[in-house]
Amino acid sequence: MPRRNDLKKVMVIGSGPIIIGQAAEFDYAGTQACRSLKEEGLEVVLINSNPATIMTDANMADKVYIEPLTPEFVAKVLRRERPDGLLPTLGGQVGLNLALELSDAGIIDEVGVELLGTPLATIKKAEDRELFKAMLQEIGEPVPQSGIISNLEDAVSLSAEIGFPVVVRPAYTLGGTGGGVARDGTELVDIVTRGLKHSIIHQVLIEQCVAGWKEVEYEVMRDGADNCITVCNMENFDPMGVHTGDSIVVAPSQTLSDKEYQLLRTASLKIIRALGVQGGCNIQFALDTASFRYYVIEVNPRVSRSSALASKATGYPIAKVAAKIAIGLRLDEIRNAVTGKTYACFEPALDYVVVKFPRWPFDKFALANRALGTQMKSTGEVMAIGRTFEQALLKAVRSLEIGLYSLTLPEAGKLQDEEIEQKLAGAHDERLFVAAEALRRGYTVERIAGLSNIDVWFLEKIKSIVDAEDGLRQPGSGEIGLAALENAKRIGLPDKRIAELAGMSEKDVLQKREETGMSPVYKMVDTCAAEFEAETPYYYSAYETEDEAPRESGRRVVVLGSGPIRIGQGIEFDYCSVHCVWALRQEGVKAIIINNNPETVSTDFDTADRLYFEPLVPEDVINILRKEQPEGVVVQFGGQTAINLAKPVEAAGFRILGTSVDDIDTAEDRERFDSLVEELGIPRPAGGAAYSVNEAAAVARRVGFPVLVRPSYVLGGRAMEIVYNQDDLVEYMRSAARVSPEHPVLVDKYIFGKEVEVDGISDGTDVLIPGIMEHVERAGVHSGDSIAVYPSQTLNPQIEERIVDYTTRLARALRVHGLLNIQYVIGPNNQPYVLEVNPRASRTVPYLSKITGVPMITLATRAIMGRRIADSGYSPGLYRKMSYIGVKVPVFSFAKLLDVDVSLGPEMKSTGEVMGSDRDYAAALYKGCLSAGYTFPQGGTLLVTVSDRDKEETVAIVRELAGLGFRIVATTGTAKALRSHGIRVQAVKKLHEGSPNIVDLLRAGSINLVLNTLTRGKMPEREGFRIRRTAVELGVPCITSLDTMRAIVQVMKAKMRGELIPVAPLQEYHFGEAKA
Amino acid sequence: MKGALALEDGTVYEGLAFGAGGENWGEVVFNTGMTGYQEVLTDPSYCGQIVTMTYPLIGNYGVNDEDFESLRSFVRGFIVREACGTPSNWRSRFSIDAYLAQQGVIGLAGIDTRSLTRRLRHYGTMRGVLSTTDLSPESLVEKARNSPVLTGQALVPEVSTQQPFVVPGGNRYRVALFDFGAKRNIIRCLNNRGCDVVVVPPHATAAEVLSYDPDGVMLSNGPGDPTDVIYAADSVRELFGRLPVFGICLGHQILGLAFGGRTYKLKFGHRGVNHPVKDLVNGRVYITSHNHGFSVDADSLPPEVFVSHININDGTVEGLRHRHLPVFSVQYHPEAAPGTNDAEYLFDEFIEVMGREGR
Repeated sequence: MPRRNDLKKVMVIGSGPIIIGQAAEFDYAGTQACRSLKEEGLEVVLINSNPATIMTDANMADKVYIEPLTPEFVAKVLRRERPDGLLPTLGGQVGLNLALELSDAGIIDEVGVELLGTPLATIKKAEDRELFKAMLQEIGEPVPQSGIISNLEDAVSLSAEIGFPVVVRPAYTLGGTGGGVARDGTELVDIVTRGLKHSIIHQVLIEQCVAGWKEVEYEVMRDGADNCITVCNMENFDPMGVHTGDSIVVAPSQTLSDKEYQLLRTASLKIIRALGVQGGCNIQFALDTASFRYYVIEVNPRVSRSSALASKATGYPIAKVAAKIAIGLRLDEIRNAVTGKTYACFEPALDYVVVKFPRWPFDKFALANRALGTQMKSTGEVMAIGRTFEQALLKAVRSLEIGLYSLTLPEAGKLQDEEIEQKLAGAHDERLFVAAEALRRGYTVERIAGLSNIDVWFLEKIKSIVDAEDGLRQPGSGEIGLAALENAKRIGLPDKRIAELAGMSEKDVLQKREETGMSPVYKMVDTCAAEFEAETPYYYSAYETEDEAPRESGRRVVVLGSGPIRIGQGIEFDYCSVHCVWALRQEGVKAIIINNNPETVSTDFDTADRLYFEPLVPEDVINILRKEQPEGVVVQFGGQTAINLAKPVEAAGFRILGTSVDDIDTAEDRERFDSLVEELGIPRPAGGAAYSVNEAAAVARRVGFPVLVRPSYVLGGRAMEIVYNQDDLVEYMRSAARVSPEHPVLVDKYIFGKEVEVDGISDGTDVLIPGIMEHVERAGVHSGDSIAVYPSQTLNPQIEERIVDYTTRLARALRVHGLLNIQYVIGPNNQPYVLEVNPRASRTVPYLSKITGVPMITLATRAIMGRRIADSGYSPGLYRKMSYIGVKVPVFSFAKLLDVDVSLGPEMKSTGEVMGSDRDYAAALYKGCLSAGYTFPQGGTLLVTVSDRDKEETVAIVRELAGLGFRIVATTGTAKALRSHGIRVQAVKKLHEGSPNIVDLLRAGSINLVLNTLTRGKMPEREGFRIRRTAVELGVPCITSLDTMRAIVQVMKAKMRGELIPVAPLQEYHFGEAKA
Repeated sequence: MKGALALEDGTVYEGLAFGAGGENWGEVVFNTGMTGYQEVLTDPSYCGQIVTMTYPLIGNYGVNDEDFESLRSFVRGFIVREACGTPSNWRSRFSIDAYLAQQGVIGLAGIDTRSLTRRLRHYGTMRGVLSTTDLSPESLVEKARNSPVLTGQALVPEVSTQQPFVVPGGNRYRVALFDFGAKRNIIRCLNNRGCDVVVVPPHATAAEVLSYDPDGVMLSNGPGDPTDVIYAADSVRELFGRLPVFGICLGHQILGLAFGGRTYKLKFGHRGVNHPVKDLVNGRVYITSHNHGFSVDADSLPPEVFVSHININDGTVEGLRHRHLPVFSVQYHPEAAPGTNDAEYLFDEFIEVMGREGR
C-alpha cells in the first residue's frame, strides 16, 4: 500500500505556545512530520501561532501560517488553501481539540478536507471518558471504577459510591489542568469546582484511585493495514498518583517480568486496534505490585510528550513514521532511518537505560506548592542515557541545572527524621533526594518503600549510589582507591563530587583518571542493541571498554545546546542551536551538537552531523571536546546554559568561537560594563553595587527612588524588585536579599519609561540590526513577559538612530562576533538608556527572524566563522522596515501553578510566546492576544483595584472600558478616584471588609475582567494575591499592567468594529500584497 | 570472584563471575530481549551455547517459580553487563545469581557486552570458553579454539525425553509432540486449546506416533544443527498426508529437511523478541520471538512447498507451507515465552486444520 496518490496538499496543525503540559515536543513532532510529508512529494501547509519553533520556518512547509489556533482562524486558512488532507494528531491536545471543534462547526465538511491519521470517531472515543470506558469494556480491558459528572452534587454522590480517595480528571484539558486526588469531601468540592471550569465540555471524571500501583506506559504504532508495534515501554519511578509528565521515568521498564511486559503490550495492541488509530498512540496503565491486575488509565491517540521521549530513548522517529502512515504508507514500507537497512516495522531493543527527569519551575516560584499530583507542574524535562541506571539518573540530575550534581540536597541534611518520613510519604520534586538522605541516615530500603510506595528496585539503586559515595569518603586522606573510583565513574558520579568526598581537588581526580586511563567511551543509540550496523551518529557516554565513535573527520565545530525548557530559557534557544547547526553544515563544517532535552529538534538524530546526548556541565562537555578536538565551540545560541560553559571550556584549552569569553565577561560584569559604557559615553541608569544594607540605602539615596534591586543571592524567590521608598528597601533587604561581601546587591535607578529591545548581528566591524522592538509594558516588567511589537510604533527616527548608534558602538567595543541583544529604556527627553547587554542569542531571535525575513542565526554563524555580513548581501545598520507588523505576546501557565502570583514584574514568569502578524497593528495585536489565550469579554463587569500610584493613570483606561459597555466595580480607594473623574462605579468590599467581597463576586461568576496592579509585598496572605489567584483559577482574565490593559482595550475596539481580519503565510510577508 | 570469557578469535573479556564457578565451553551468541531472561535460561534450544544478553541490567525482577520453559537451565554460560543482586517483583523467589549457582551455570558480569555483541555481529558466532578457574588468556583462547563446533554435538538427546508421556489438556484433540527440547509453553498453548499432548522422543518412528492415534503432529523447537537430527526428518516425512503437521523452530528446519530442502547456518542468528515477520498469505506483519542459528534455504525447496513467511529485516525464510497437504511450520516462536503473542494465532490455525482433517 504505497502512499495515496489522491493527496497532493496536506495541512498540519501545530500546538501553539509552550505552556506547562505542552512543550517543545510538538515542535519536534511537527518538524518531523512536515519534513516527512515533503519527502513524499506533498505540498505542506502549516498553521501554528508559536514563532519560536523550527516548524514555523519558511522552509519547513510550502505555506507557514503563524496565525491563532482557533477554529475561526484555522477555518480561514482551510478556506484559503483548500488542502486535500488535514493532519491534527501531531499538534498535541490543541490539534485534537481543534479538529473536534472544526468538525462540530461543520467546517471540515464545508471545505471538503479529509481528516488524516486517526479518525475523528477515534479521537472522540479516546477523549470522551464515557465512550472510552464503554469501548474498553467492550474489548474486555479493565478500567478503574469511575463516572462522568457535570455538577458538584453528582460528584459528591459518585465519590461516596466509589469511596475515597478518588482521582478527579477534567475532560479536554492540557496536562491534566484542574485535576487532582481528593482524599475527602472538602478536597473534592475544591478540585471538582476548578475542574469543571477548565474542561471545555464542562465534564469531570471521578475515578477510583489506584495510587501506589506501578505506572507503566506503552508507545504504540499502527498503520492502515492493521500492523501494530510497540516502540517502547516506560516505567515511572513514582507510583501512580503523580502526573506522568511530573514523574521520573525510566525506559525500558525495569521491574516487569516478560509476562507482565507482554500482558500490557498485548493490551496496548488490542486497544490501538479497537480505537483504529493510524499513527502513534500512548497508553498508560496502572499495574498492581502484587498480582497481574492492571487498569487502563489513559490513552492519547496522537503523538505526545511521551512519544517524543520514546523517540529519543530508542532512536525510533515516531512522528516521522506517523506522518507517513497518515498518507497511506505501511510500517513495512517505511525505512528505519537509523539503521538505513531495516524497516519501521519492528520493536526497538535498547542496550542502555534511559532516565527522564522533569524540570520544575520552583526555582523561580519559591512560594509555589511543590506537591505533585495529577496536575502537571514541570515546564520541561531532561533525558539521560547510561549503561547503568545509576549513571543515567545522575546524568539526568546534573542536566537539570538546579545546582545539584549528586543525590545530595543540602537542605535535606537539615531535616528532622519526622520531616524526612513525612516528605517520603508525599510526592514532590525533591523526594528522590530525600530518599537518598534517608538511606544515608540508615533507613532501610523496605522502610522507605513502605512510606513512599516507590519500588525497592529503584531504592536499591539509590542505595548503590549512596554506598559508592561512602566508599569514597576518606576525609583528609586525599587519596582514593582505584576500584572505588572506577565504581564511582561507572555509576555516574562526577569528578566534582568524587573530589569532594575524597577530600581531593577536582583536578587531582581528573589526573588520577587520566593516569589510569579511566575516561568515558561513547556508545551508539541504534534501535537494535547492536544487532545491525547503524548509520546514525547518535551517542552517549559510558565507562566501558569499547568506543564506537571515531572522531569526526574534517573541519568540525561543537554547538552547545540549551538543556531543559524552563522559565527564562525556552524553545527559542533550541531554534537558535538548530539553525546554527544548519548554517555550519552549509559552510561545509561538520556540526556536533551536545544537548540533553528529549523534546527538541536539536536532539533529533538527523539534525547535526553528530549528536551527543549528554549533560551540559563542564566535565561531560569537556570529555566530548577532548575526544572530538573541534576547531572551536559555539556557546552563544544555547542560552545561559551554553554561556555558562564558556569559561570552563576555554580553561580546558578549547577555543570559543565568536565573541570571546573575556568580552562576554565585560558585558556580564557590573563594574567592567559600567566603565565600558562610560568610556563610550552611552548612558545607563545610575546605580551601584552594595555590600551591606546601609550601602544599598546610600546608593538609593544618591540615585533617587524608585530603584530596581537585584540581589546576587536570592532568598525566597524574590529576586529583582522595584522599590519605591526607604522603608520598603529596608524591608526588602531584610526579608528577600542576603547581602554580604560575597553577595552584593545591585541597586539601580528605576527609569519609568518605554522599554525597547534590539537584536544585532556583528562581524566585528559591521553591525546589522534586523529590527527594533518596542515593548507594550513599560520598563519594570521582564522583557520576556512583555508584549513586544515590531516595528516600533511610537519611536521617532532620532531615537531609533541613537539606538542604532549605541548598539553598533557597543557591539564593536565588545568585539561581538555573532549575536547580541540589548535592552534600552527610553527616559525623559527621549534619551535611551542601556539596561542590559547580552552578547548572545536572545529569545526574540526567532520572532524577529520570521517577521523581518533576515536569517539571523545563519548570518551570526557565518560571522562567528569569520565571514563578513556584507558577503551575504546585507549592509550594516538598521534593516529596512517590513510592512508586516509582528506582535509577540507572552503566554503564562498560571492555572497550573497554585500559589504563584500572576502579577508581572522584573522576574520572568511566562513559559512561552505567540506571534500575531498583520499589516494592521490592531489586527496583529488582536491575533497575538487571541493566540495567547486572552479572552475578550464583550462587556460585563470590570473589577478595578489598583495601587495608589496607578490611580491617576487608570482613569482614562477605565473610561474607555466603560465606553465599551463595561459595568465598573472597584474597591473603595480606586472607586473614589474613579468617581472623582465622573466615572460611574460600584464600590465593593475588600477581603478583610467582610462579605460579599471581591472574591465572593468572582466565585459567583459576576466579574468578567479584572484590572489589578501590585501593591507592596508579594506574600500570599496579601489581598491582591488572593484576588489575582482566584481570578486565574476561575479563568477570569486578570490584567496586572496598565499598559497591557491599554493594548487590550485597543484590541477590543478593533474587534468591535467587526473588522474582517485576513490571514497570510509567512512566505508572503516580504513580497507584495497578500492574496485575500 | 573473577571470571573470563575467551573467544576463538583471541579476544578475552575479564569480569566478575556469578552463579556457579568452573569452566565450560560453547557457542557464544547474543539475545536482544530486554525481558525474558528466565525463559531464555530454561529454553532447551540454548543447549550448547553461552548466551550474552544485550540489555545491560539482567535479573531485575528475579527468578520466579512459574516462568520456566523446562526443568532446568541448559545454557553453557550466561553473560550480562550487570546481574541484579536485589531483584524486585512480587513473584521473585531467587536472584539470578542464586538460580545460576543452583543450576551449575557459570555467570559472567561486568564486561562490555555491547562490545562483545558487536564482535559477534561482525565476525559471526564463535566458540568460547567461560572460566573462573583458569584466567590465563592464552590458555583460555587455546581451549576455545580446541572446543567442538556446534554441529555434530548430540544436543537434542541431551534435552529431550527418552520416554513418551502424556500431558492432558482436554479431549478436544490429541497432538503428538516430537520433543527435540520442547519449551513448556508449546504444551501450554496446546493444552489451553483443549488438546491432550503426547510428548514423544526425538527418535520416535512414524508408526509409534500413529499408534497414539493423534489428530495432529507438532515438531518442537530444539538446540543445534538440524542436520544432526536428520533421523527425525525421515519419520516426519512418513507422516505427510496422514496427519496435519506443524513445526516450530528446529521443528521447522526438520520439516524443511523432510521436504528435501537444505539448511544453512546464519552468521549470528536471530535471538530476541522484536523480529518483524511478514505473513505472505495475509500480508500482515507480526513482531515475533526468535531463537535460531540456522535457516532453511528457500531455493532448495520442492515446488509443492512455498515460503509463507519471511523476515523483514534480512529476508530469510520464516515459514513454510505445503501447497496441498496440511503441513506447515514457522522458524519463530508462536508460543512466545519470552516475547509477544502476535503469532499465537498459528496454534488456532493448527487446531482448525486438525478439525478440518480430523475424524
